[in-house]
Amino acid sequence: MKKLTEDRDTRSGFGVGLLELGNTNPNVVALCADLTGSLKMDAFQKEFPDRFFQVGIAEANMIGIAAGLTIGGKIPFTGTFANFSTGRVYDQIRQSVAYSGKNVKICASHAGLTLGEDGATHQILEDIGLMKMLPGMTVINPCDFNQTKAATIAIAKHEGPVYLRFGRPKVPNFFPEDIPFEIGKAWKISEGTDVSIFATGHLVWKAIEAADLLREKGISAEVINIHTIKPLDVEAVIASVRKTGCAVTAEEHQRNGGLGDSIAQMLGLHLPSPIEMVAVNDSFGESGTPEELLEKYGLNAAAIVTAAEKTMSRK
Amino acid sequence: MPTTLELKALCSQTRRDIVRMVHAVNSGHPGASLGCTEFFVTLYHEVMRPNPGNFTMDGKGEDLFFLSNGHISPVWYSVLARYGYFPVPELSTFRKLNTRLQGHPTTHEGLTGIRMSSGSLGQGLSVAIGAATAKRLNGDGRHVYVLMGDGELQEGQVWEAAMYAAANKVDNLIATVDVNGRQIDGDTDDVLNLGDLRAKFEAFGWKVFESDGNHLENLTATMKACKDASGNGLPVMNLMRTEMGQGVDFMVGSHKWHGVAPNDAQLQTALTQLEETLGDY
Repeated sequence: MKKLTEDRDTRSGFGVGLLELGNTNPNVVALCADLTGSLKMDAFQKEFPDRFFQVGIAEANMIGIAAGLTIGGKIPFTGTFANFSTGRVYDQIRQSVAYSGKNVKICASHAGLTLGEDGATHQILEDIGLMKMLPGMTVINPCDFNQTKAATIAIAKHEGPVYLRFGRPKVPNFFPEDIPFEIGKAWKISEGTDVSIFATGHLVWKAIEAADLLREKGISAEVINIHTIKPLDVEAVIASVRKTGCAVTAEEHQRNGGLGDSIAQMLGLHLPSPIEMVAVNDSFGESGTPEELLEKYGLNAAAIVTAAEKTMSRK
Repeated sequence: MPTTLELKALCSQTRRDIVRMVHAVNSGHPGASLGCTEFFVTLYHEVMRPNPGNFTMDGKGEDLFFLSNGHISPVWYSVLARYGYFPVPELSTFRKLNTRLQGHPTTHEGLTGIRMSSGSLGQGLSVAIGAATAKRLNGDGRHVYVLMGDGELQEGQVWEAAMYAAANKVDNLIATVDVNGRQIDGDTDDVLNLGDLRAKFEAFGWKVFESDGNHLENLTATMKACKDASGNGLPVMNLMRTEMGQGVDFMVGSHKWHGVAPNDAQLQTALTQLEETLGDY
């Protein structure tokens, strides 16, 4: 897998995608809770001031206003950090968005440990679980700049509530622009026969690196990017595990409630198989650089290699 | 336009519906439903006059209403049904399995007339601001109405929304607070004193009116004054004094009937006090 550009942040992919939507879809509006620069929403704000709403540091109100804006045909994109996009406003999302079936796109940056130095107060690792439990909520965690841009554009066409999760650091950009982004459709990055690695978000590139390390050990790993955690591409997961006989999941999230939890549940029901999860195990994060944190909490290529060898040994 | 006498008869019938609905399932919230009966009747029949046969979620070209304190669903359901949104006999399904008339109002079961789920308090003002903003973006000159309870003002989100509406001059929005002074645990003065609501909303930058919510003529005139005051750069607030349990003497003025249904004998007493009927469901 080749890098297509210099490293870029996924949040910038969101900003570029949102700006494009501003030009192509007059119903798209955007709301932000005092983090316009961090969310890269400033270009949209400048181009479309009448369709941009600065709500101040008041996330609950932002979600309610977004829900109301859908009545009248608007497609609101809310922007703030993942922590304030989910846990802080869970009841507002549950009642006014999910239960009410409103077409709100909850766009969340700075998810996970890679937010870095700000520490555990801001490093939410529970957001995927919170959002995927809500009936009717689509949950997407793209892996790089290109995929985040494509996902941003795709969710505007999808009718219904969506949680779009992305992050702060600059990471490799490798999702080919000629591959169409389809919600709920996994992206098979490489074929393999010994172990299936299902990865989401920033951990996808780590999974690609891990597959290279495994190849040097004579192990053939299949790497599949699950960008849509809900609805899960059940067919793609089963087809891969039927071939390889075991699975590894990799994500920047708690083990409880994350991608690994979704895949383990599904495999348990349909194709019981050995599975190992690379995720944060019931712990808060802390201050540090993104790379230091990923290493300390076992979310890197080496950890994925170890998990692959372990799950293979359990076949 | 219906006459005042016709509206008063409708108020009596609505109150009969409320007590019968909550009695039938031994649950629900009669207190503030009875207190807000005049509000709902005048809102639909005198103020908004929406077209029930042409209900769309977007409601373009129509006034919209959001109920933030969703627990007073009985009064809303009765008024919606008798205004023509759905068959009146459906009121008998209130809170029963497979009903569209859920304990708290929802869009989830496809009940015409409802555009937002509510029940968890404090969210309706934000939603109404969003809908009012969409109307502005769409060049739609109609109004958005919202009703909140006074106890509900203890939720912080209400004040986030109050600040936003004034700062952004959301002046096609007309909010009403049901000031009955009661909440589940007792009087609002005792549970968490709300202070001077007029001064608070004025300080937040709202144009504030006060009304007697159980006096039909006064309420209707105030609602019309609210509408006349809209469009001037300020969100508009109607602080509406009501009596919880209005119309049933043993319920009136007590928080104890917030969420308790009458028993068989109490129902009969209530119905004899609400004599005027247009025909029970």
